[in-house]
Amino acid sequence: MEKTVNQKAWFLVLPVLLLVAFSAVIPLMTVVNYSVQDTFGNNVFFWAGLEWFTEVLESDRMWAALGRQLVFSGIILAIELPLGIFVALNMPKKGFWASVCLVLMALPLLIPWNVVGTIWQIFGRVDIGLLGHTLDAFGIDYNYTQGFIAAWATVIVMDVWHWTSLVALLAYAGLQSIPDAYYQAAKIDQASRWKVFRYIELPKMQGVLMIAILLRFMDSFMIYTEPFVVTGGGPGNSTTFLSIDLVKMALGQFDLGPAAASRSCTSW
Amino acid sequence: MADMTLNQTAPRGLGLPRVNGRAVVMTLYLVFLLLPIYWLVNMSLKTNTEILNVFSLWPRNLTFANYAKILTDSSWYMGYVNSLIYVVMNTAISITVALPAAYAFSRYSFLGDKHLFFWLLTNRMAPPAVFALPFFQFYSSVGLFDTHIAVALAHCLFNVPLAVWILEGFMRGVPKEIDETAYIDGYSFGRFFIRIFTPLIASGIGVAAFFCFMFSWVELLLSRTLTSVNAKPIAATMTRTVSASGLDWGVLAAAGVLTIVPGALVIYFVRNYIAKGFALGRV
Repeated sequence: MEKTVNQKAWFLVLPVLLLVAFSAVIPLMTVVNYSVQDTFGNNVFFWAGLEWFTEVLESDRMWAALGRQLVFSGIILAIELPLGIFVALNMPKKGFWASVCLVLMALPLLIPWNVVGTIWQIFGRVDIGLLGHTLDAFGIDYNYTQGFIAAWATVIVMDVWHWTSLVALLAYAGLQSIPDAYYQAAKIDQASRWKVFRYIELPKMQGVLMIAILLRFMDSFMIYTEPFVVTGGGPGNSTTFLSIDLVKMALGQFDLGPAAASRSCTSW
Repeated sequence: MADMTLNQTAPRGLGLPRVNGRAVVMTLYLVFLLLPIYWLVNMSLKTNTEILNVFSLWPRNLTFANYAKILTDSSWYMGYVNSLIYVVMNTAISITVALPAAYAFSRYSFLGDKHLFFWLLTNRMAPPAVFALPFFQFYSSVGLFDTHIAVALAHCLFNVPLAVWILEGFMRGVPKEIDETAYIDGYSFGRFFIRIFTPLIASGIGVAAFFCFMFSWVELLLSRTLTSVNAKPIAATMTRTVSASGLDWGVLAAAGVLTIVPGALVIYFVRNYIAKGFALGRV
């Protein structure tokens, strides 16, 4: 659409600007402020310059958390994206069952994140949880509070459970927008199912899939509550992702300086 | 996964759909989604003795005591009330400020509009964990700590950009000729916006409100940091009470089930817009 040049449009944007300034910019300045100072508590701060940044950039802990974070984000994207597309391809296109699928699939998205953690914490327990109990009955040694692999598997399966629906619903919305004529043309050309997917559906879904990848990548980088509830970042530090590490550092040890510095590094 | 997609030879939307293969896939996926939730519901209907001593797939001694405990104890049910208050406040604020901004972005080009739009979206990417402590200090210093409005404003951080984004997508779909016709007919901007334009994008407003509700309802870190007693959200009540009183699994499960209910109701009302909404109006 042709847009008119109109500088007065700034007045319409002003409320949003003020609100976001109030709720984002001012607190963010505080973060930056912390990142160049030191504290021993009691709100007494000392100027520390870029010391924290150097320390953070040289610390193994921060890089290890970042590494785990990248591996985690990579794995969940690699699972959720194909699975989401696959589910979307199999969803009913309209009618009663389409509504049922939509409602049920959206359900995990609307569960508070710590409840998601609680659900999986319970579900995975060997003594009272269905999953843990079943795996135990098959003789698989499964304990997400002690086993490295079990902890990672639980956190990943939990994330897949929680967020695959988002990818699927986005892909479904993309598929719904493809006109029937495309499929009819493909049928005349005797295109195989794979070709229909590769040359019609996938290109048409490109836009929404980009949204899906961006949202999932950003949100998985902020993941905090769910793994914290389930594993508490353990066993050891094996599921301590960036946000968990940050909160541990800021609240647990009151190292606001390094926490703010490492966050400033990862945000920009 | 890929080879299963290959096996579906019937073209979609034409001729006989392969109902069976699809139904199997969807059933498996939905079972995967619902099993953990079922387990939570199952546990919430059991007594603690049964949870800990008998491994049963369904409650042997059906009990509603866990729910009764939550619904009669004000320290529990006030958590739900607090959560709903700040979620509704946040949704109202976000939509109100986002509407004019989205209109400006969809209709006019002005100095720095693209940069501004992108900058708004970057706020959506900011992790709440960064903001928890600064928010705490900031809201304490302006005397808003432990009020509903503080949480509602804090959640605007990620909801306002999202609302602007969604609404802008929907507004772009409304032809500009409608605006021009209305101005020729002598409508003022305010009257045009409320009387003509808002009804046209009603579904977009519904979708945006749904997303604001959703992200504000599920967020815990900020709402927990910014409240202590008067505005404590249910999610925080759950973690604290349980860790304090040992392991009351039944009540914990019942509280979890009750947090799912508002979300499920909201989904039911917007189910026909969900697919479009998830594409953020951009399909």
